[in-house]
Amino acid sequence: MDILQTAVNVSFVMVVVGVAFAFVRLIKGPSLPNRVVALDMMNVLIVSFCGLYAIRAGDAAFVDVAIVLALVGFLATVALARFVERRVTRNARTGDDRGEGPR
Amino acid sequence: MIEIVIAVLVLLGGFFCFVAGLGVLRLPDVLIRMHASTKAGTLGSGLILAGVAVHFGDTATITRAVATILFLLITAPVAAHMIGRASFRSGETLWQTKIDDAAERSLKR
Repeated sequence: MDILQTAVNVSFVMVVVGVAFAFVRLIKGPSLPNRVVALDMMNVLIVSFCGLYAIRAGDAAFVDVAIVLALVGFLATVALARFVERRVTRNARTGDDRGEGPR
Repeated sequence: MIEIVIAVLVLLGGFFCFVAGLGVLRLPDVLIRMHASTKAGTLGSGLILAGVAVHFGDTATITRAVATILFLLITAPVAAHMIGRASFRSGETLWQTKIDDAAERSLKR
């Protein structure tokens, strides 16, 4: 059995288990910042998944996918963090503590 | 020989990804969960992409892998700072910690 193939398969399993744990936190997360943290980490884990798939398929094109995913994921995280902050200031202005958005 | 190096890099990266997922699932509050999730960005993806660079070994792939690692290392603190500030301002309850009243007043959430 090829040692590199085995290592890549074991690493695939660990990365996917990490994504599954983050998804459980995304569902359970008691508040919106918890969900943003879980989504951010899932995005980074999928970047490393693309790296593993590049080794497995023997095709360097998947590294490009990883670059694009890292770029878009950073923008998504920044936008979600801004959304959480804006929601707080908006609720403070209308005098509502909890707001109607997702908690 | 080079296969063993790649295998070690990939296995270490996968292990850190697993640890980050475990931490995000099990740790008690949002800032401590962010501490765990950082391991996926820096160590997990960094080691796996270093393994990709060693595996292919041509200039184009090494450049792209190093560019991805550098981009992740640069953007992770910015994103973490923004999420941390947003969660602090939205009054997230912390685990066994209280922010002083004076600090709370001067920071104005």
